[in-house]
Amino acid sequence: MIPVTKKSINPLPLRERIKVPRQVMPEQLADERNKNFTEVNLGYSPELARQEALRCLECAKPTCTDNCPVGVKVKEFVELIVAGDFLGAAAKIRENNVLPAVTGRVCPQEDHCEGKCLLSKKVKPLGIGYLERFVADYEQRMGTHVLPDVQPTGKKVAVVGSGPSGLTVAGDLIQKGHKVRVFEALHELGGVLVYGIPEFRLPKQIIREQLDYMREMGVEFETDVVVGRTVTIDELIHEEGYDAVYIGTGAGLPQFMGIPGEHLNGVYSANEFLTRINLMKAYKFPAYDEPMVDLHGKDVAVIGGGNTALDAIRSALRLGARKAYVIYRRSDAEMPARAEEVHHARQEGIDFQMLTAPVEFLSDGKGWLTAARCVRMELGEPDESGRRRPVPVKGSEFDLPLSVAVMAIGTTANPIVQSTTPGLGTDKRGYIQADPETQRTNRPGVFAGGDIVTGAATVILAMGAGRRAAGSIHDYLTTGQW
Amino acid sequence: MFKIVHAEFIAPGIKRLILEAPRIARKQKAGQFVILRIYEEGERIPLTIENSDPDKGTISIVVQSAGKTTRLLNSLETGDHILDVVGPLGKPSEIEKFGTVVVIGGGVGTAMAYPSAAAFKRAGNRVIAIVGGRNKELVILEQELRAVSDTVMITTDDGSYADKGFVTDKLRQLIENGVRIDLVLAIGPIPMMRAVAEMTRKENIRTVVSLNTIMIDGTGMCGGCRVLVDGKSEFACVDGPEFDAHKVNFEVLVQRNGMYRDAEQRSLTDYERSKTAKVAPHEDAEPCAIAQGGKR
Repeated sequence: MIPVTKKSINPLPLRERIKVPRQVMPEQLADERNKNFTEVNLGYSPELARQEALRCLECAKPTCTDNCPVGVKVKEFVELIVAGDFLGAAAKIRENNVLPAVTGRVCPQEDHCEGKCLLSKKVKPLGIGYLERFVADYEQRMGTHVLPDVQPTGKKVAVVGSGPSGLTVAGDLIQKGHKVRVFEALHELGGVLVYGIPEFRLPKQIIREQLDYMREMGVEFETDVVVGRTVTIDELIHEEGYDAVYIGTGAGLPQFMGIPGEHLNGVYSANEFLTRINLMKAYKFPAYDEPMVDLHGKDVAVIGGGNTALDAIRSALRLGARKAYVIYRRSDAEMPARAEEVHHARQEGIDFQMLTAPVEFLSDGKGWLTAARCVRMELGEPDESGRRRPVPVKGSEFDLPLSVAVMAIGTTANPIVQSTTPGLGTDKRGYIQADPETQRTNRPGVFAGGDIVTGAATVILAMGAGRRAAGSIHDYLTTGQW
Repeated sequence: MFKIVHAEFIAPGIKRLILEAPRIARKQKAGQFVILRIYEEGERIPLTIENSDPDKGTISIVVQSAGKTTRLLNSLETGDHILDVVGPLGKPSEIEKFGTVVVIGGGVGTAMAYPSAAAFKRAGNRVIAIVGGRNKELVILEQELRAVSDTVMITTDDGSYADKGFVTDKLRQLIENGVRIDLVLAIGPIPMMRAVAEMTRKENIRTVVSLNTIMIDGTGMCGGCRVLVDGKSEFACVDGPEFDAHKVNFEVLVQRNGMYRDAEQRSLTDYERSKTAKVAPHEDAEPCAIAQGGKR
């Protein structure tokens, strides 16, 4: 990890680079953005991007790249920004990451590249995510993708699910000359990127542009196909002639707590709540037909402390909620949500009720939610996750008046593909078993990755699995060796 | 886009649509459903598949106009298209040789019960069909059911056709006459299914109902379709839509299905008004709170 400056085009000596402050991401004012769905972060200008890029220490062995699930060549692309070659930087990222405009926005860089940045030992890490987003957006504005020149191999791959891992597999394999068709259960492509992550964190236009680029490269898409029901994995292989199948079916069935009152009207799963908003545009009712509970002037809480929880409650606030609470049973330190999202949420006025858990939902007697009976918690001994176990505080019950409660406490494995693919190996929780290096399942020609293998995780981890899978699918298709 | 190759009313307000959907047609089994969305701003609604023809690549659905979306569906004609149709969803009916199976269809539910009745017959069961309708015109698929049943019993609420009364009267009659019943499948309005369940519970007759819940994706992802079965949350789209009638909490089902009643009424009113052109916007209609919130 010895920084080298040999051949560097960066004009600043190393000691000067450390003195350059991390460039602040321009963002919408908290009090304005909590009323609209426009993106929170506004993106770097070319000047800010170049200034930030100058901070890179250009490590000989870049730990940022080693810690990137898809292996983005950070040092190289940042150097191209310093040189002012923004399109070159975008092309450099695309060598390893087919969705840079997405990961530049939603990847938890603090857990990956930026978390291992040498700068972070002394000062704030390099803004790698911000830079990635900048060049991806720049490339988009210029409208000049370079279409890779590929030789067709004559092999055909089916990708099940158009979320981040499926799109990564599709993008990588099409560039290796294979024919790729992506099957999507919903009517819109993008998986969790469109039904889950809200507009203010990831504008849908970004996804549409990435999809257009994939279509240009030759990827075929088919919506309204629930693989396992509409067509099975075996039918794809034996009847439709696919040489390999990648299963990236993603998020599973939402979990509920099993407490009294969870069936009341006004209690949603986060998946349903976000799907109504993001996919079905229910907040535009009656211009759109799908309805949702009116949140205007209402008190809303989300139960849970992950990114999904924050996406849900920040959406509720933007739809006019009077009070918007996060109810989380542990403390700040254990919250799985990204630090930046928690920070943004606090700025916007979300009320965090930490060390608190609902024990019952109360009804108005007509089937509608009126309050959550909650209990305060304290942290005891660490549990199997290594986090300190929350223990209820005796006599601490209180009622929090609520019209809507959103359960964001995790998911379990979706059984549709597993139950219709004889012999496909699953673990005891029902997730598909796949080799962590090759993403191979126990069925020859069938690969799997993303949440359907690991359980709920992040976009970038799903993309990492997709990238590994694409590599081993390519090996399999070219060597015929399983 | 899914083309409607044939559309016809089979009763007042009840239309059969035959759709070109080759993938679904190849896989459909009795008891399964599709989710459809008519146009870009449309909602996703589940509808049971009545029948399929794998050779022609078509499926049929039977739609009773109730809300905006079903009315829109009933306004579609041969040659029109539906934007999205996905399926077949849900677990197929459990079809095996039980012995004597009573298949009960209430109103448009008869169209959903019909494929199961046919499948039970093919599996070697004695099939007794009980069909109910509010009046003569709303008794549907009588001939089709006669072709696959050993006995068909019909009731109308108003006595305008066959026997006046409810399907449960016929079921009680069978029980009182000592007919050995191995399985009852009831599909229709919730009060009907609930009444059937109460009657067979006392007699310890295994009873299955098909639940029509609020649903979005239909693949288990959203959990909107959750129902209380035996005190536990089950998802109608992946665990159902058919459940043991004696374990279903019908009260919660009714409550949850009523969650968007105001919005549904608003949609319907808007739609009806839009059909009668030149009518001024509805100042007199009670403004829907959701719309106000959504228009921010």
